[in-house]
Amino acid sequence: MTHTLEQIDAPASSTPSPVDWSKVQKWGVLGGLTMSFIAAIGMVTALDQRLIISPWLSLGFLTLLWIPVVFGIIAATEDAETPGVAGDRDVISGLVTGLLSGLFFAFFIVIIDAFDLTDIFRNLGPKLVELLTFGRGVGVAAALWIISCGLLGLLGGTLKIAPRMARSMIGAAAMSVVGVALLEIIVTDITQGLRIEFVADWIYALNGGLTPASALVIAAGSALFGLRSDGSTLAERRLERMNLDPEVRFRKNVVAAVLTILAVIFLPMILGGLTNDLLANVGLFILMGLGLNIVVGSAGLLDLGYVAFFAVGAYTTAVLTSPLSPFYTPGWTLNFLSLEGAAVITIVLIMAVIAGVLVGTPVIRLRGDYLAIVTLGFGEIVRILFLSDWLAPYFGGAQGITNVPSAGLGPVEIRGTSSQAMFYLIAAFVGAAIYVAWRLQASRTGRAWTALREDEDAAEAMGINTTAAKLTAFVIGAIFAGFAGMIFAVKVGSIFPSSFKLLLSIIILVIVIVGGMGSIPGVIIGAVVLIGILGGPTQQGLLQEFGQFKLLIYGALLVVMMLKRPEGLWPNVRRQRELHQDEMSQDAWLMEESSQDKDGDS
Amino acid sequence: MPVLEITNLRKNFGGVKALDGLDFHVDKGEIVSVIGPNGAGKTSFFNIITGYFSPDEGDILFNDVNIAGHQPHEITELGIARTFQNVRLFPNMTVLENVMVAQHCRTTTGIFGTLLNTPAFRREEREIEERAKEVLAFFGKRLKGYRWDQPAFVLSYANKRRLEIARAMATMPELILLDEPTAGMNPMETAELTDLIRQLRDDRGYTVILIEHEMRVVRDVSDRVVVLDHGVKIAEGDYKTVSHDPNVIEAYLGRPSEAHNA
Repeated sequence: MTHTLEQIDAPASSTPSPVDWSKVQKWGVLGGLTMSFIAAIGMVTALDQRLIISPWLSLGFLTLLWIPVVFGIIAATEDAETPGVAGDRDVISGLVTGLLSGLFFAFFIVIIDAFDLTDIFRNLGPKLVELLTFGRGVGVAAALWIISCGLLGLLGGTLKIAPRMARSMIGAAAMSVVGVALLEIIVTDITQGLRIEFVADWIYALNGGLTPASALVIAAGSALFGLRSDGSTLAERRLERMNLDPEVRFRKNVVAAVLTILAVIFLPMILGGLTNDLLANVGLFILMGLGLNIVVGSAGLLDLGYVAFFAVGAYTTAVLTSPLSPFYTPGWTLNFLSLEGAAVITIVLIMAVIAGVLVGTPVIRLRGDYLAIVTLGFGEIVRILFLSDWLAPYFGGAQGITNVPSAGLGPVEIRGTSSQAMFYLIAAFVGAAIYVAWRLQASRTGRAWTALREDEDAAEAMGINTTAAKLTAFVIGAIFAGFAGMIFAVKVGSIFPSSFKLLLSIIILVIVIVGGMGSIPGVIIGAVVLIGILGGPTQQGLLQEFGQFKLLIYGALLVVMMLKRPEGLWPNVRRQRELHQDEMSQDAWLMEESSQDKDGDS
Repeated sequence: MPVLEITNLRKNFGGVKALDGLDFHVDKGEIVSVIGPNGAGKTSFFNIITGYFSPDEGDILFNDVNIAGHQPHEITELGIARTFQNVRLFPNMTVLENVMVAQHCRTTTGIFGTLLNTPAFRREEREIEERAKEVLAFFGKRLKGYRWDQPAFVLSYANKRRLEIARAMATMPELILLDEPTAGMNPMETAELTDLIRQLRDDRGYTVILIEHEMRVVRDVSDRVVVLDHGVKIAEGDYKTVSHDPNVIEAYLGRPSEAHNA
């Protein structure tokens, strides 16, 4: 501590680049606040039983301990305005940030120990105090927290100046240990599918979490792997790929596509039921995400009532095929190789188109915020209609429609409970949807949508019938969602209005935004990250433990993405360009200069 | 023979009379400049012709079809293209894509053709691209080669203006409306564009109406000049007549007596 105090008093000129104390202060306090917040919402207590490394580190503590490290790195990073040489100052910034966070958090522990706040904050009870004080005195615990946070901040600061190689090694080791520990259920599931359960038995301790030995092995293994990579970031690699010769890139894309298709065909045979079910859910959201991506990403129409089309598809299927519905005709099931099945699909398609036109026509003249609000209203209206007593004779009101029969492919039954069959069914639809979205992107229609999004007035001057183009986008989006609803109906077998809440629209939108608006691979990545890892509104993801904090994490993720990577995880090329707008403008200007010089000569 | 014939055009915005009984015509192959002080109603005039506003009163006959109150895309389809006063490209589409999208109303492939990748679709895509390159070639080497695949936002201001004209040409119009095409250009670029405007008519056969503030451009290209003030036509004729018209001088500079007093 004395060392740092000297640093404060020391004249700025004595060090090459002084520590940015206001920044350290800011991130230190922010770190403490975040830690207190995470403790206060009950994450620590709820996740304490879930072990990462048995018996030393639980997920609950991990939700706190990453903060000093990451905030230490952030505080140690120079701003663009005050660039400096990496060195002592980074380490000191990290350390002080960590210490400040620790101090703040220790203060928080003292407060919750001294006062009973359970009336306001349900989680700030004795259980949390006991957990955070390790069963020792408050004083000891406070000191421990300050010291350990300081050390973690120091680690962050050191990581900041460490060579890239070391950083990627440590990063890889930490990520893979946490990753493998979190994926316990899936890994066990897969090893069972492969009949190599002993691997899982060795990796995981009996009471959950990695054993110290396996943690070490995994860390060492992935650190070696990190050593192998050249440490370039994902974005750099993507840019590199973008600059490849089109022919080479095309060939690489073809190889990637073939590998993906093979994986989709063979993976479900290996994977266990749990993983297949998870992937099927992801696929369902990819299908809807692709549809919404056309509406929002391509045509730029912010539709917050997208769930309505999903509901229409699901209800249409249920009404036509459930024996409990008044419209039921015996023999009608969603058998893809029967006449009745084809009829069901056609009717679902027609209903989706009708719904798209009905919702689209009145709102299509609205722009921006107004469109968003009105579509949001329409989404709710559709749900409330299905819920209403007035239409209850047809749609069952709150009781919904149950007993939707399984789908089929000729004599083969595609049972909703068979996750493998559902996976194949959904994969087929997702494949078709990807094809449609991909073909439309680089076509006359797709170009018209892009123009529409970029400048509606100019698009009109190009002879684009904006009303028709918007309506087309709306209807195609509706068809995707309608089919997703159809599959959903046969998958879960019963349909209730409560399955079609506003939240679903928003989650699909978040998938599109996080993945990258207007980007097909982006939607897939977005769905994998949000639905696969965190879980959907009712579906479980890989990180089931975070289930109750799912929406909080969605929100945090969305905020971070908007600040740090607004173009999404796998952005559309156009948006990627926006990101590198400055560099490109500069290059273009230089080229312009040289070309004008040549003009002058001639 | 008039391509565009406008009679008694009126448009009010609240109490402001943007256009107050305007008569106007353009003959085939003519270059007509519309000038006037700021707020004279020039851009409103363009916006009404191209369907962004519908007139309160009056007829707009384009090749004897009354287009008053038609949708902008219908008017483009009939053969009137325009540029905008403040450049309005599709900034994140490439130069080539900008011109390709402009052929929307001249092409027909629908969604099914696209999905099935029909021969007709592929042929049309190829034609769209070729035509786009052909139109861009009009600007010499300004918008050629590596520029095709650059997003429009990286272009220099002058090139953005050129691209906007290219886009208008790609809609295959008969009549092109240019809204201040040389605004923000340096003298060299302005001179170059003046030549291009003439070529639009001479080589390409378009009829051109332009709004322009740069009097040298107006003098050099116009067959006829129409002066607007407060939504009324105050003078018309060749550049020389108009520039000496006392009404025009008054509109731009104020009354001579006031000038003396001041």
